[in-house]
Amino acid sequence: MATSGNLIQVKDLVKTFGTRIHAIDHVSLDIAKGDVVVIVGPSGSGKSTFLRSLNLLEEPSSGEVIFEGVNIAGKGVNIDIHRQKMGMVFQHFNLFPHLTILQNMTLAPMKVKKVPQREAEEKAMALLARVGLQDRAYAYPIQLSGGQKQRVAIVRALCMEPEVMLFDEPTSALDPEMVGEVLEVMKSLAREGMTMVVVTHEMGFAREVGTRVIFMDSGKIVEENAPEEFFTHPKSERLKDFLAKVL
Amino acid sequence: MSFNFASMVKFAVYFRQGVIYTILLSACTVALGFILALGLALMRIAKPGRSTSSKVLVKILHFVSGFYIEVIRGTPMLVQLFIIYYIAYGPGGLSAPDFTLFGFINGKQFVPGIVALSLNSGAYVAEIVRAGIQGIDYGQTEACRSLGMTKFQNMRYIVLPQAIKNILPAIANEFVTIIKESSICSVIGMQELMFNAKLVQGASFRPSEPLLIAAALYLCMTVPTSKIIAYFERRMRRGDQR
Repeated sequence: MATSGNLIQVKDLVKTFGTRIHAIDHVSLDIAKGDVVVIVGPSGSGKSTFLRSLNLLEEPSSGEVIFEGVNIAGKGVNIDIHRQKMGMVFQHFNLFPHLTILQNMTLAPMKVKKVPQREAEEKAMALLARVGLQDRAYAYPIQLSGGQKQRVAIVRALCMEPEVMLFDEPTSALDPEMVGEVLEVMKSLAREGMTMVVVTHEMGFAREVGTRVIFMDSGKIVEENAPEEFFTHPKSERLKDFLAKVL
Repeated sequence: MSFNFASMVKFAVYFRQGVIYTILLSACTVALGFILALGLALMRIAKPGRSTSSKVLVKILHFVSGFYIEVIRGTPMLVQLFIIYYIAYGPGGLSAPDFTLFGFINGKQFVPGIVALSLNSGAYVAEIVRAGIQGIDYGQTEACRSLGMTKFQNMRYIVLPQAIKNILPAIANEFVTIIKESSICSVIGMQELMFNAKLVQGASFRPSEPLLIAAALYLCMTVPTSKIIAYFERRMRRGDQR
């Protein structure tokens, strides 16, 4: 699946809160085009902070995040330009409550990429149809269920035609019966070859869709492997321990 | 004590002009005060970027806005009005434009009055606006920024529309407050409602009726104002309803 070189290179990334707490402790990682990297680990292991560092929602304390050849963590970089190509989906959806679903999706393409309204709306409608929500285009976010909101959040990010999609625990705030519909959308994205970095507790998804699975603990990458190996032959004690608890 | 309101009929024109003056004065004040408040609030919540110069700039912005708000809130409105009218617009100071609106509103008093009231109102409304902005879930901002939108676009399209909706009741209160507080401007000869009520007192030799009428007219302005804003607030809430 990995066709060309590295899309994202993380080099020696460190994030500290205050002086003592190392949320991310010297992490390096290469993500190739088409990779579906699934990051798992206990709460507080730094996996969300790491994911949020990739598009600089968390500003790294030191280290480099090289995206399409540019160190976006460097000084003087206009991060807004690079974020256009990095879609992000949040645990709590973060739809804009004062805008309709359609407006949620067309705002950024129209304001950032200057796409004409009609074109932006056509694209948004096509994406909504893809996730089965075309009839909710003129609804407001509060009128949608959690699963519907998250599907909208995914296609909202897709409207910007990103090179990579970052998922920050996308199913953790959902009722159990809605998890499936969101995972389905993510699976279809992966099948199309979208590069994805997913922080999740859904081990089934990691195993089925992931091309690489990473286990983080205490701000470090403890173990990384292909999904089958990862789940059947965990090497480190901490991962064995973790898998024993969650599987 | 006996009242004779019939004798007031021939002074109706003064009350009418006073009401128009007061409404115009208050509307201008709230509009200008809000713009000032928005600027002050944005200065107060400014966050530094990664460069050293932006850190220094933000420190200055915080200090200037904080200092301004403290000074305005820590001194009486009457003193501020006198300082603006007699010093800032006094001899050797700024010159107020000399225009006449509707035949009874003179720029020489009107402009300093609006300036003084706006400078005052802005400091109070700034805290309301700041609370309104900070009341918007930060996740909204993160989502917006993650789509590549700038800080400015985030404020313009995501945060402020929601924040303003949330603070509308407080802004309405401020408008009502200004309608009442603008009566202080009668001391610098602005011919708003209170000034004209005193004028009628002198002309009619009746002390009570003009004051009672003025009070009733103030009520007639403040109560509908609250109601109108409440109506718009309900309309704007449609996004929050099921």
